[in-house]
Formats: sequence, structure tokens, C-alpha cells
Amino acid sequence: MLKAIWSQVVTLYRVFVHLFAPADTVQYPEQMPYLAPRYRGRIILTRDPDGNERCVACNLCAAVCPVDCIALQKTEDESGRWYPEFFRINFSRCILCGLCEEACPTYAIQLTPDFEMCEYDRQNMVYEKEHLLIAGQGKYPGYSFFEVAGKAIKDKDKGEARNEAPPVDIHSLLP
Amino acid sequence: MDELKIYLLIYGTLFGAFGGAAVLVWFERRLLGFWQDRVGPNRVGPFGIGLALADIIKLFAKEDWVPPFADRFVFIFAPTAIVMAMLLGFAVVPYASDLFIIDLNIGLLFFLGMTSLAVYSVLLGGLASNNKYALLGGLRSAAQMISYEVFMGLSLMGVVMISGSFSLVDIVNAQAQHGWFVFSQFLGFIVFFIAAIAESHRLPFDLPEAEHELVAGFHTEYSGMKFGMFMVGEYLGLILISSMITTIFFGGWLGPALLPGIIWFGLKTFLLICFFILLRAAIPRPRYDQLMAFGWKLLLPLTLINLLITGGVLIWLA
Repeated sequence: MLKAIWSQVVTLYRVFVHLFAPADTVQYPEQMPYLAPRYRGRIILTRDPDGNERCVACNLCAAVCPVDCIALQKTEDESGRWYPEFFRINFSRCILCGLCEEACPTYAIQLTPDFEMCEYDRQNMVYEKEHLLIAGQGKYPGYSFFEVAGKAIKDKDKGEARNEAPPVDIHSLLP
Repeated sequence: MDELKIYLLIYGTLFGAFGGAAVLVWFERRLLGFWQDRVGPNRVGPFGIGLALADIIKLFAKEDWVPPFADRFVFIFAPTAIVMAMLLGFAVVPYASDLFIIDLNIGLLFFLGMTSLAVYSVLLGGLASNNKYALLGGLRSAAQMISYEVFMGLSLMGVVMISGSFSLVDIVNAQAQHGWFVFSQFLGFIVFFIAAIAESHRLPFDLPEAEHELVAGFHTEYSGMKFGMFMVGEYLGLILISSMITTIFFGGWLGPALLPGIIWFGLKTFLLICFFILLRAAIPRPRYDQLMAFGWKLLLPLTLINLLITGGVLIWLA
């Protein structure tokens, strides 16, 4: 009984001492909270080291998106590179789950530690390709999909990619 | 001149009590914030004190809905009862040696009666809402009332024995001779303090509300200013109980002469209010059978022992 009462008194003291402890609160608009580099915020499209779009319009991100907020259309330039004709993310639907980033085979679509994207008009939450594309390479510098992929484009035929063996003439393998 | 002073005191008490209750809403949240390593509401105005005003405006502007299944008259009457009872209780509080609205020779009984009347508000509100959570809240309130009301009055009888009067002014004056009653009547103080928490439905004993179990308890169906009245009533009760404990056990306006009596009174009351808030921040709520067992099996015997000892010592000294 006395022990129980003493425990209550100790509780009171312990809580009272917290009056002198600094608050854990981050006062947000004035102080910015620390966001980890891999924080899942606003989505961007990155470019490869040569400044070309990394996105090859494979549609994997749109397919994996659980809320169907990504829409894009594939097209091809004269050199044979695929790229999206339009690329649209509806951020009023996006749940920032990061599945698109995981699905992307070319590191093109990435999530950034930025969450301040409120709008008064809902229509402004729909980001087109020019809003999503950034000038830099994002989280994976030095990576260029067409340099390592076996896809033939202008000035780089099959077998000329980095770490790629020349194509085998299958007819020469016939017995 | 004398009449003017009384009127000024009445209006001063009214505005002081209501203003205090409004500011307490903000102050309590701020203090709880500090004790929980947060900062609490600090956005509206300096230190966030504008929150009190914003809360009042919000409460007045909200829809005030009477549910169609409720007992309309009782439903509307219930929240007014608590505010009326608590405000009437302030009538007997002596702020300083010559600063009181009325010095009733039954002041202590009047105070006990008024705070007991406030329980009706909770009971009737819970009953008239015709809602099972509200009913459970009212039920608990009734159970709580019969378990603490008995020793709440009895715990003060030791003080009455020593000072020989029910008048609160006489009780404070007696403390000038005998020293603060918190020392000579320590058992009585502890019991009264616990009963006072239960009386004002403050957190360790806020069983009628118990938002974690009963939604909002007896005021589940209340909205707008009717809910506001319950809220104001609760904070008025907190101020009233704190000032009563100050008066009865901490020597009221008594204190070193470097400050006027009313400042001492206010300071002690303020510290007690802070302690009430600390209790809210620190102590978990008991089950209600635990509260009743605690009241009947521990506090009532303690009160009787205190009464016996006090009486014995008084007879021995005489």
C-alpha cells in the first residue's frame, strides 16, 4: 500500500521534472524537420549524364501504381531512343508509396525529400513532364540506360554497349 | 460605499472566474504540453494565449443541437446547473481579510452544498441525453458522488473543531494562531484533496467523462455552448476547489507582509491549480470499483481516525 502511494509520488516528481526538459517538437514552418535522403516525397524525373531523359516510357511505373496516378504515352525519336510523349502524375491521387521508383528499370523516376506541394486549385496538383523533369541525375549519378542496354540506337549498334559481347551469328552455330 | 464594494466584488468575481476558466483551457494545454515534452498551443497571439478567445468564439459559433430523443427541458437545464452552483460557491470565498462577498456563519457547509449540487448537473445531463454512454457517465458520477461525498465533508470537521467555526473567514483567522491546517490536519488535507479531485471530475477521477472508455461520458450528446457550459463549469470547479483548499488548509490570504493578502491568495490558488494539472499529466485513471473501494475502505476510516485524534487532542489540551 505504502509502496503504491510512494510510486504515485515518484510519478508526479518524474513528470514534473519534464518541465525543465527541452521540447521534442520541431516548430515546422520556422524550423525544418530533418528529412532523410531517401524520404518519399515529391516525384521527379531525372536525366542521364548526357542530359537526355532517362525515362524510356516502359509503363512499369504506371502499371505498378496502386492508385493509378501516373499516365504516359511512349514515343520514339529519330535515333531510336524511346521516351514519353507525355508524362503526367496526378499528385492529388499519389500516395507517395515509392513503388514507381522501385519498378523503374532506368532510375528515371525518383522520390525526393520535399513534401511542400499544397495548392489552392486541385487542377494544379496535376504535374506534366516539364514540371517533373529536373536538370540533374538525382540519386544515381553516372548511370545511362542506353549506354548499358542492348537496345540499338543511332551511333550505337547491338553489341556496342558497355560490358556487352558482340552479338553471336546464330547461323554459325548450326551443326 | 459598502454596497458598491460588494457589487464590485461580485462582478469582479464573475469576470475573474469566467476569465480564469477561459484562460485555464489554454494554460492547462500549455502546461500539459511542457510536461509531455511538447510545446502546446503557442500560435494564437503571444504564447498562444489568444487560443482562449478563439475557443470562446468557436463555441459560440458552433451549432447547438438538442437531440430529438432527449428530454428537452432537463437537457437544457443540466449544463446551467453546474455553472450556477460553482458560481454560487464563489460567494463565500474570502480573497483577503476584508475582501469577501459574504461571510456566512455556515460558509463551509454552503460550499459543500453548492459543489454537491453541481453533481446533479452531471447526473441530469447523462440521464436526459438518452444515450447509453451518457447514461453510463451519469451512473458513474452517482457512484462516485456517494463514495466521496461522505468523507469530503467529514475530512473538514477536524478543521472546524480546531477553529470552532464554519465561517471561512474565522477558519483563516484561526490559522493565524494555530499555523496552517495543512500541518496540523495533514490526514484531513490528503483526504479532502483526493475528494476534491473527484468532486471537480479532474483527471485521475474523471470517470463520468472517461473519454477513452465512454466517448465523452455524460456530455456525449452536448454541443456548442451547452458543452461549453460543462467545460466552463469544470474549470470553475477547479478554481473554486483550489481556492477552497487554499482557504481551509494553506492559510488563505495569510503570508509575509511584503505582498497584499489577495496576491498571496491568488499565488497559492495558482500553484494548487498547477498541481491539479500535474496530477492530470501523471496519474492514470482507476477503475470505478477501485475508486469506490479506495473511498470506502481507506479514505473513510482515515477520516474517522483523523476526527478521533483531533477530538482527543482538543479535549486533552482543554
